[in-house]
Amino acid sequence: MKKVEYLEIEGNSRGFWTLAGILGLIAAFGLGAAYTMEHAGHWITGMSNQVIWGTPHVFAVFLIVAASGALNIASMGTVFNRHVYQPLGRLSSLLAIALLVGGLIVLVLDLGRPDRLIVAMTTYNFKSIFAWNVILYTGFIAITGVYLWFQMDRTMGKYYKIAGYAAFVWRLILTTGTGAIFGFIVARDAFDSAIYPPMFIINSFAYGMAFFILVLFAAYKWTGRPLGDKIVNRLRNMLGVFVAAAFYFLAVYHLTGLYHTERHGIEAFILRDGGIYTKLFWVGQVIIGMLIPMAIVWCPRPRNSRAMIAAASTLVILGGLSQMYVTLIGGQAYPLNIFPGYEVVGSSFFDAGVNEYSPSLFEVMLGIGGIAIAMLAVTFGVKILRFLPTDLSDKVVDPHHTKEASA
Amino acid sequence: MSKQIDSTLADHPVDGARRDFIKQSAAATGAALASGVLLYTGDATAKPIDEPISARQRWGILVDTTKCADGCNDCVTACGKENGWSNVEHDPRPKTDAQWIRTVEIRNKLTGSEHSLPLMCQHCENPPCADVCPTGASFRREDGIVLVDKHICIGCRYCMMACPYKARSFVHEAIENQIPYAPRGKGTVESCTMCVHRVDDDRDPACVEACNHKALVFGDLKDPNSEISKQMRTHTTKELRADLGLNTGVRYKGL
Repeated sequence: MKKVEYLEIEGNSRGFWTLAGILGLIAAFGLGAAYTMEHAGHWITGMSNQVIWGTPHVFAVFLIVAASGALNIASMGTVFNRHVYQPLGRLSSLLAIALLVGGLIVLVLDLGRPDRLIVAMTTYNFKSIFAWNVILYTGFIAITGVYLWFQMDRTMGKYYKIAGYAAFVWRLILTTGTGAIFGFIVARDAFDSAIYPPMFIINSFAYGMAFFILVLFAAYKWTGRPLGDKIVNRLRNMLGVFVAAAFYFLAVYHLTGLYHTERHGIEAFILRDGGIYTKLFWVGQVIIGMLIPMAIVWCPRPRNSRAMIAAASTLVILGGLSQMYVTLIGGQAYPLNIFPGYEVVGSSFFDAGVNEYSPSLFEVMLGIGGIAIAMLAVTFGVKILRFLPTDLSDKVVDPHHTKEASA
Repeated sequence: MSKQIDSTLADHPVDGARRDFIKQSAAATGAALASGVLLYTGDATAKPIDEPISARQRWGILVDTTKCADGCNDCVTACGKENGWSNVEHDPRPKTDAQWIRTVEIRNKLTGSEHSLPLMCQHCENPPCADVCPTGASFRREDGIVLVDKHICIGCRYCMMACPYKARSFVHEAIENQIPYAPRGKGTVESCTMCVHRVDDDRDPACVEACNHKALVFGDLKDPNSEISKQMRTHTTKELRADLGLNTGVRYKGL
């Protein structure tokens, strides 16, 4: 294996500034939407006292989950000693931090009182998983930041492993915390399950890998740097394995619900009668987000096409957003079972029937703005510092390839 | 004479052991009496304003659904007026306007029996809203009343996700003409306070006072002589979602 060289991208081309301009514009629209929402109050959004968390949370939680998954590539290199992934470790860490920051910005800007962020960071109720998440998020940025520093600074090489292990363990705890936000909610039939943390971890592997593949492809295509099939095939295969694992967890979750009589209502709602949520589940989450990507990455013909692998990654991201929408908003749209054994026939507070929600443009803009901020951070990151190897062709990344060549 | 007495005293030296016994007995009797007095003062009345809230009381409300009249909304109207949440300046927006208490009509799926009842914060002993609140803004007072500290609520709404009774409202827009004893704030979460300002003033909550059908009884669940305790001893009452083990302060009779 040749010594890997890293170099900043030039970042002066028209293409670069066009990309930065578009991302900047989307981010600005997102921030403008947040400003409008905070100023007018949340009544201008689709959120209500019935559907409490809306589209911003779909994007925020998705980005936070994807962030920890994006660190996977770096962990494969450091913790599991897969040398082939080590050249990608820097980009993996950068992407992880960027996605988390993008998600957190959306989450914070949707708070009723974002100006009280300092309260959230200084006043803790340690029984709350949300409070723990505040620590886990900031800790993730700090630990991954140090890990990144040790990857880039050869003089700190002896601590590189320790930092890699710390980041790996931390990211698992972080996604456990994110899943537990839902798993710990006893009140709602869709949540209240210990499967949420491990399911979110598996989902994070898939979503993070999809983001990583897209960013890697874009960066190497647009800068004209070589990217060999060896590394692409490994990433492609891992994407398929992670999506299959996510599919398994999803199946177990729903089979358990179908077995428990008390959960038949919510299962019927999501799987059969839930309108938009049912459509998003089957078409968005299962077919687009799981079955088609698995078919692409494992069927002999499409799997050898970079465009198809990029398409599979895009579909996994769309499926992931569908999953968050179904989980988060579908879980709230299904009414609370306040009176078991009774049906609600009248209420001034929408206790009878499914809770309605349609996302407002402000919410969508804020959510997409979060993705744009994350991508903007990566775009400028690779311009400013040496994140990207100059060459990821097979002879550089694959030790066996080099051996054969030198033999 | 005095000399004689003195000599008598001198002839009979003080019995130290007996004196100590009397002292100790007096002290023990005093302590026993004092504790009795303390127990007595801890009766159903609210605490004096200069004393901290204590767990000697557990405030609760008993809803008698057999007395709750169909179509009656007096408790809701009274609460809205008392706490100011119904004085909205804008056109009504039912989905986002706050409702601290609402009337719900339910029908038993098996028997078809119908009930009308008020639903508000159930003031749980183990409130999920307080468990999940990241800053501790949602909290339970020692006397069982669950409140929101508006100064440290960041408006994350996790408490609303966690409440099994949908008892909480998020303030979706700016508020004017607030009532001083019931402060509210745009971007924060709020719910029934059991009219804590009235309770601390030894008065019944507004909903209880307004109920002409005597369907609501307020009182101290820890005082065996309170009306609420007596009724709960003699009648079967229910807590909503008892399966969650929250031990609610609001109970329902007739369900």
